Order: sequence, then structure tokens, then C-alpha cells
Amino acid sequence: MKLEVGHIFINDIQFASESKIENGVLYVDEEAVKAIVLEDEKIKGVKFDIAKPGESVRITPVKDVIEPRVKVEGRGGVFPGVIAKVDTVGSGKTYALKGMAVVTAGKIVGFQEGIIDMSGPGAEYTPFSKLNNLVVVCEPVDGIKQHEYEKAVRLAGFRVAVYLGELARELTPDETKTYETYGIMEGKEKFPNLPRVAYVQMLQSQGLLHDTYVYGVDAKRTLSTIMNPTEVMDGAIVSGNCVSACDKNPTYVHENNPVVHDLFEEHGKTINFVCQILTNENVYLADKMRSSDWTAKMCRLLDLDAVIVSQEGFGNPDTDLIMNCKKIEAEGVKTVIITDEYAGRDGKSQSLADADPAADAVVTGGNANQVIVLPKMDKVIGTEEFVTIIAGGNEHSHREDGTIEVEIQAITGATNETGFGYLSAR
Amino acid sequence: MSKIKVVHYINQFFAQIGGEEKADYPAELRVGEIVGPGQALTQQFGEEAEIVATIVCGDSYFNENLDKAKADILEMVKSQNPDIFIAGPAFNAGRYGVACGTICDAVQEELGIPAVTGMYVENPGADMFKNKVYTVSTKNSAAGMRDAVKKLAPLALKIAKGEKIGASCEEGYMPNGVRVNFFEKERGSKRAVKMLLKKLADKPFETEYPMPSFDRVDPQPAIKDLSKATIALCTSGGIVPKGNPDHIESSNASHYGEYDITGVMDLTEETYETAHGGYDPVYANEDADRVLPVDVMREFEKEGVIGKLHNKFYTTVGNGTAVASAKAFAEEYAQKLIADGVDAVIMTST
Repeated sequence: MKLEVGHIFINDIQFASESKIENGVLYVDEEAVKAIVLEDEKIKGVKFDIAKPGESVRITPVKDVIEPRVKVEGRGGVFPGVIAKVDTVGSGKTYALKGMAVVTAGKIVGFQEGIIDMSGPGAEYTPFSKLNNLVVVCEPVDGIKQHEYEKAVRLAGFRVAVYLGELARELTPDETKTYETYGIMEGKEKFPNLPRVAYVQMLQSQGLLHDTYVYGVDAKRTLSTIMNPTEVMDGAIVSGNCVSACDKNPTYVHENNPVVHDLFEEHGKTINFVCQILTNENVYLADKMRSSDWTAKMCRLLDLDAVIVSQEGFGNPDTDLIMNCKKIEAEGVKTVIITDEYAGRDGKSQSLADADPAADAVVTGGNANQVIVLPKMDKVIGTEEFVTIIAGGNEHSHREDGTIEVEIQAITGATNETGFGYLSAR
Repeated sequence: MSKIKVVHYINQFFAQIGGEEKADYPAELRVGEIVGPGQALTQQFGEEAEIVATIVCGDSYFNENLDKAKADILEMVKSQNPDIFIAGPAFNAGRYGVACGTICDAVQEELGIPAVTGMYVENPGADMFKNKVYTVSTKNSAAGMRDAVKKLAPLALKIAKGEKIGASCEEGYMPNGVRVNFFEKERGSKRAVKMLLKKLADKPFETEYPMPSFDRVDPQPAIKDLSKATIALCTSGGIVPKGNPDHIESSNASHYGEYDITGVMDLTEETYETAHGGYDPVYANEDADRVLPVDVMREFEKEGVIGKLHNKFYTTVGNGTAVASAKAFAEEYAQKLIADGVDAVIMTST
């Protein structure tokens, strides 16, 4: 399967009377996007704002981050089974608006939404501080339950992203990248001497606001399965979860999955990148055992030599991570796992909730319990009201001088476990 | 600005007194002298620090007269009141390494003066003291002196100045059980791919997180007669009286709560809720018995299935809470449970 991804660089976002992209500037008609968000009767009101790199701006509580894309050739549309109708994506041609994102924010859903600082020390910990962000601040109708509110905001973000992506349909990309993987036999013939490698992606599926959707299907109701790695580039996986901000995968991370991209870099040179394996992180022991059994079984069926396993979330999913690693290694397939750590504020505690000697190759996104002081910002998009209760905050998070003291787990993307960031620990 | 004052500790061999035959050389303070490896350290310090005294002690003497040697050396260090104490580097000399670790630990603990040492990773002194004293990793022989001093001197200066100490791989000390964050030059996925390629080629690679050995606890024997037992409910599911009076954090809790449920037959939406930030709270808030089953326990109590439900419950939030904190909470309230005559605990999670 072959996909060309055309990059259209967005250097600036401005509100205007007409939505369009011109000379790297995204002009947004506020009324048009407002109408798109308000299509959902569960959303009472919406405000839009723009946050640019280097500004004294804080966005919180952040729910999701999304990169607008549009499918210009080939089957299906962006976010299949969620926005576009169900059809296999990942081939043909897709344009992506690079350097920007749609960020959904507003009144808190659960406890686990995040902070994006556009400047200062906090900005170093979030990859989204480097983007021009169109922030969608939603206000739910009264009396709505958390999960209904989560869904409404999630879908509103996708609708806005698709609308913006459409603006690029007739443009010429600034650069184009091509990604191609092959059938099992075809790949073996093409690269007879290269080790066969796959990417095992564990999807957050603990339920109760901890969900991920694959082609619109709730991942906790799936068996482990395989995909072409190009499918995620068309939004085949979307985030629907409020796991700690630092190590959940916002939709942006799924669209730009760094393991997929870095394995493609080696594809045909040092490895044969065979496929992507999806598995879940359910809370029941039977589910954990079944899903890890299936993952290991597929690694063997596909005659893989090695895999990279990435985790999402922490604590309970640590057991899934270790089960996957142990069982895949037992099949004679070499593993590298990517995780993050909860070693306590002093860094002295056990980092993971589970361990096994088979996990001898670990990449870490750092200790999420590290404490950081975030300076007062000139402007807050959303509200700082909830920093005391979001995961990583505490009752003393608001300090008298206006600064905020939190663990970095409150920062969106700080310890991402697909290896999206540069943070690590020793 | 005055220079940072350093006291340097070395053995008889590096003081060029002699080898094994002189290992019984007693501790000696040489004020104002820079001896042996002290020269290399001084060079690295530049204008920032100076060795104000060198302490020389034979390895056998130190280890065979431990108490006296330690006391004498501590007195010597104290008399010089340095900003930092440096011992070694000891490379792969076992008794020297143990002496360096022991005396650094004592200087820190008893004099409150920071200390740093250096040795080869397989030196027995490393395993004994690397978690207590910053221990720079060196080669296994004195041929690695230049390299050792290049790491030892800057680390000593940083510690003396009270600067933030980076991760072990940045500063060159042995991992000491304290996880320290830092930014890598390559993103995590790239590092994972590189590690994978090395593992595939059977080349050496370095994991970023060595797996710990786990503390396994054997379960207690079963209760013989439940109908006479006092059972307590405990939870890491964050159930607290409405309003979370003790402000237990939604993640990485710093404390636990103890709440009286004398006469409480049922946890209701009006009276209890969860403080836990790791799951959708709707169902727990609607009926906290779903997490902390007081209602069912009361029924069992009435039916005589259990002797009685303990009148207090202990609760915290398990979401991202450090294992060390959880262990400390349980150690404390387990004593209270024992003192109150509780026979068994039902611990619920989420």
C-alpha cells in the first residue's frame, strides 16, 4: 500500500471573513467554524482563539490536539468511521496542514486534561508549543454527563479539523513524502535479506473516559489486529481519552506516529517494515491475557524478527506492556518497548507497576512525577480553575505569586510513550 | 570570590608510599599538600577550586581499624572545613573502593559535607555506596586517570556549588536509584529504532530503564471462621466523604484518609464521592459502594456472615501514586488496623 503525503506549511493563523489558505497563512471564518461546532446540540457555546509559538499564552484544560488533513486521491476520507464513511484508507494522496493544530479545550471533562504553554519552561515539555494552534473552547449544555461531553468535544474537534483540511484540497503541497509497504510475500521477495520488523501499538482502552477508536470502533471491543502503517496517516486511529495529559496520545500523535515514521526511515535499508499491529489495554485480566496472546501469536504468524512496542497511559497498562513484551520475546521475536515512568517526585520509587527480565531494551519518556513551576502567563485560553484537580496538580498548585506548580504529567505530551518527545530519564 | 575548598582522600599507593607492604599506613593529614591524583584534579579545577589538604591512609589500616580510622579521618576533615570531600578515584582496587565509599558516606552523614568518589563499576565499593554517594564510573586501572578526573572534577564543583545535578548519563556518575529527567538529542522513537537495530544485530545496547527486582508478598493464611472476624475495608479507589475534606490528590497522592463509618449503612451520592483522577467518576460518585462496598458488608454483618465491619476505612488514590508512598501509607495504617484488632482487610482497587 502506497501513500503520498503532501505537506502544506502553515506559518500563521488569522481570523478573517472567509476561510482560506494563502501563502502559508490559514484564514479562518469564525462564524463558519462556530456553526460546525454548534451542530451538536450537546454544545451550548463555543469560543475560538489562536495561540502562537513564543506567546505568553497558556491553554488548559486541553482535551485533544488534531492536525487537519484532506484526502485528495484514493479510497476513503480522513477519520474513517468517525467523520468520513468507513472505507480502507492509507493509499493514494493526502494533504496535511503542517505547523498547526486544532486544540480542543474548555471546562473539564474528567481529571486528566492537560496544559499547553506556548512559552517559558512548560513549553519545552510539550511538542504542541511549537505549533500555531486554533483553540476550540467548548461549553457543554447543563446537566450533561462526563462521557457525553467528552464525545461531543471530541467530534467537534474532528469536524473543525476536516473543514480546515478541505481548504487545502486544490493547493500544491510544499513538499511530498511517499510511504509504501508490501504484502507478506511481495515484501519478502523485495527485501530477502532484511529483518522483518513490525510496530506493536498498544491503544488506551481502559474505558470510562479512557478510550481510543479504530475506524470508529471502540478499541476495548477489539481483538488485536494488523494494519498498513500508512492508515494512521489518514486518521484511522483517533483519541477519545482523558488519560494523564503527559502520556496519552492525542489524535495528532496518531496521525504523525513517530514510530511509524522512524521505521519508514529504515524501511528497505536496514529493515523490512512489515506492518503495524494494534492491541488494547483493557482492565480485565482475561482481556489482558487474550490480547497479549493474540499479539504474540501474530508476531509469530508474520515471521517477524523484531518489534517496537509502545504503551499509552501508565499503571494498569504497565501489566499489558510487560505481558506483550514477555510473550513476544518468548516467540523468539526481539522487542524494544517504549514507556514512561512514575518514579515519585524524588525519583526514588519503582518506575513501572510491573517488570520482567525479558524487557531488557526499554526507551523511557521520563519521570512524569517531576515537579515544574510554570510562570504566570499574560493570557489563558480556557481556564486555570482546574489545575488543582487535574492529574499532576494538587491543592497547592496555585501559588501566591500567580505561578503554578504541577507535576509534568499535567503537560500535554510531556512523556509521550510513542517516543514523540525528547525527554528521557536515567 | 574565594575558591571552593576541597579535601582529597587517597590511599598509600597513590601517595607513592608503597604497595601492599605499606597498606597498614595509618591515616595522615597533609595540610596544604596536593598529592598524586590531586595534581590532575587541581588542573581540572582551574581557578574554581583548590585542594586545601590531602588525607592519606593505607587500605588495610582503614578496613582493619574501621572505627578508629573513620573517627580520625572525620576529625581531620572537620579541621579543614572543606566545601566538598573527594575520595579516590579507586578504579578496581577493592579495599580502596570500599574505603572511599565508607568515608564519603561518613563525611556526608556526620559532617554534612557533600562528598564524591570514583571507581570501576565492578569495584565492591560501588555496589555498597553508589546509592548514597555520587560515584563516578571509571576504567578498571589507573591508566584511566585522565578520563576519571575529567568527570570527577566538574561533578565535584557542581555539587559544591549546590547546582542541580543532571541525569547519571550526563554527569558520568553511576545510576543511583534516583531517576532524573533530561532531554535527549534524539526523540524516543528514533532511539527505539536504533536500539532495535543493535538488538537485531546482536550488538551491545543500553536500556534506558533497567528492570527492578520486585517485592513479592506471600498472602496470609485464610481466615478460618469469618463469622467471628472483624473485617476492614480499604481502597486505592479514592472514596472519600463528599468534598474530599483532606484534599487527597487525584493523582500521585501524598497522603491517605482515615474515615469513621460507625452507623453508616450505605454510601450515597450525597455523602461520599471519589477523588480518583484515573477513571470516569460518574458511577463511583452515584454510588460509592461500587468501589468501597459498605452496603454489602453491612448485609453480611447483619446475616452473621462476618463478625463485624471495622468502624474505620482507609483510602487513598492509586492513580500514578509512587510505590514508595503507597508502601509508607500501608505500613502506617496496617499498624492501626492491628492495634484495633482487625483480622482481615478487603482492599479494593479500580
